[in-house]
Amino acid sequence: MSSHYEAPIRRPLIVGDKSYHDITVDVAAPVEGKANKLWWTAFTIALLAFLWGIGSIIYTIGTGIGVWGLNKTVGWAWDITNFVWWVGIGHAGTLISAVLLLFRQKWRMGINRSAEAMTIFAVVQAGLFPVIHMGRVWNAHFVLPLPNQFGTLWTNFNSPLLWDVFAISTYLSVSLVFWWTGLLPDFAMLRDRAVRPFQKKIYSLLSFGWSGRAKDWQRFEEVSLVLAGLATPLVLSVHTIVSFDFATSVIPGWHTTIFPPYFVAGAVFSGFAMVNTLLIIMRKVSNLEAYITVQHIELMNIVIMITGSIVGCAYITELFIAWYSGVEYEQYAFLNRATGPYWWAYLIMMSCNVFSPQLMWSKRLRSSIMFSFFISIVVNIGMWFERFVIIVTSLHRDYLPSSWTMFSPTFVDIGIYVGTIGFFFVLFLLYARTFPVIAQAEIKSILKSSGEKFKKLRDGNHE
Amino acid sequence: MNNKVIQAMYNDDDILLDAVKETRAANHHIEEVYTPFPVHGLDKAMGLKGTRIAITAFMYGCVGFAFSIWMMDYMMIQDWPQDIGGKPSFTFIQNMPAFVPIMFEMTVFFAAHLMVITFYMRSKLWPFKKAENPDPRTTDDMFVMEVAVDGNEAELVSFLEKTGTVEIKVTEKH
Repeated sequence: MSSHYEAPIRRPLIVGDKSYHDITVDVAAPVEGKANKLWWTAFTIALLAFLWGIGSIIYTIGTGIGVWGLNKTVGWAWDITNFVWWVGIGHAGTLISAVLLLFRQKWRMGINRSAEAMTIFAVVQAGLFPVIHMGRVWNAHFVLPLPNQFGTLWTNFNSPLLWDVFAISTYLSVSLVFWWTGLLPDFAMLRDRAVRPFQKKIYSLLSFGWSGRAKDWQRFEEVSLVLAGLATPLVLSVHTIVSFDFATSVIPGWHTTIFPPYFVAGAVFSGFAMVNTLLIIMRKVSNLEAYITVQHIELMNIVIMITGSIVGCAYITELFIAWYSGVEYEQYAFLNRATGPYWWAYLIMMSCNVFSPQLMWSKRLRSSIMFSFFISIVVNIGMWFERFVIIVTSLHRDYLPSSWTMFSPTFVDIGIYVGTIGFFFVLFLLYARTFPVIAQAEIKSILKSSGEKFKKLRDGNHE
Repeated sequence: MNNKVIQAMYNDDDILLDAVKETRAANHHIEEVYTPFPVHGLDKAMGLKGTRIAITAFMYGCVGFAFSIWMMDYMMIQDWPQDIGGKPSFTFIQNMPAFVPIMFEMTVFFAAHLMVITFYMRSKLWPFKKAENPDPRTTDDMFVMEVAVDGNEAELVSFLEKTGTVEIKVTEKH
């Protein structure tokens, strides 16, 4: 067993007396079992929210964007706030599966599958908003450089909004194949265990006939590594380009060179918070506490703390640069942001994003499951307000005081937002009941080095 | 030609790895090994060549990069140049900084997707493909080594029995 050596100082990533077969049984259990009342309740609530969202979207498309709270001065508000919020949440999945793979962080294996699922579902929600905001959604394909009837008038490749189209579609599709490739061996496991013919059929279809040959595994590992190498700069580029939507404009408060790193850190921050929100519940409901341990939650809290501090630094840098620039418009934008009519949004942003993650310096707090769950919700709220503050406070008092105004959302704005949350949870709840939610093949490959049973055996022998 | 193979089942990756090494050392031909998870060092022990799939990814990336340059040059500079916000649109090189994000995205898009498609093709993975693992337990906790029989069935069976196998089956090759 010397080839499976791991320093005794490292805490086990798989707790309990697990064998390879136990992992199979534990991961297959939520899929093979029946949904309980709690699942059906959560699913019904999510579905109702989703239906409300669909209704609001249909109303928007049928009547026009005028049903939103937008006005001449504030032309972007909840829609883009929600878009950036969802894209940001999506970042944690790729960060966990790609960046942590490159850094050989084994703790990623317990959480990467669900984090990637979250990424894909979140990016789907994000993609909805720009499309709906077009108003005439049936012309949505105009964002692609397709030959058309106007003597082939092409898209504008100078525009960050078009870069965003390319970035988000590349991100969604690459995340999807990354996720699916990793799923193949796990679908194969479910296929080979399935008893009912219908399940067997579905999982054989989904597993693409995975057989687990030595050569397949060799290619599988190489493909995962290269995809991780490609996805790492990709994930950084996506939120960088999202920030370009603002940074390349000439609006004070948006025209800031610090935006790309600041947005990427914020995205990772909110994404890890959402992973914590989802997994703290899932590990309990699906009995996966042996694989998603308190150590996993603690490590994610450390990432939240660090990225939260980076975001805090960025807020302060922005304020300093606004003062230091000597540009009075820039100075006013930030003064107004902090002390103007939207001071309460700024205060929520600051307390949720800068103050609350600092509590994670305490080992007792960051190892507490209840506290982690609470902070993860706080961070999600804070990051929504960050985008709201950036977007609305920078717009609502523009260069012409006669057009200064406020933004208030209509029931349609709220409906679409709540609808995407519903849609997200509908997808995630279905996923939790039908997909192998832990990358069981990968977990098995670290069982001997990081499993509690094997660590005890080995460390005992060394003494 | 004889199509018989012996399937030796193991319930531990370390025992399997030793068995593969012994079988190779004894000059028996290993047809295939099926495992539930990637066993590190197995490909080397079996004498498999390294995969070249990363090289294809690099080439696909180059194709994507070249394609994006061609596309944006054709659309923005050659076919229909437009003056947008005063950005220079009449030479590629002057307009190029604005094209960098999409060059990058296209490179990643081509490299990732074409590499994964290559992987699926080479490993024969696609929807409706029938699985070929000899035993359903090989996706759970069993490891199977398939050794070709060359008129030496009895000798092979007794050899494999000493490698720590838990089950031996002699079958026709599927």
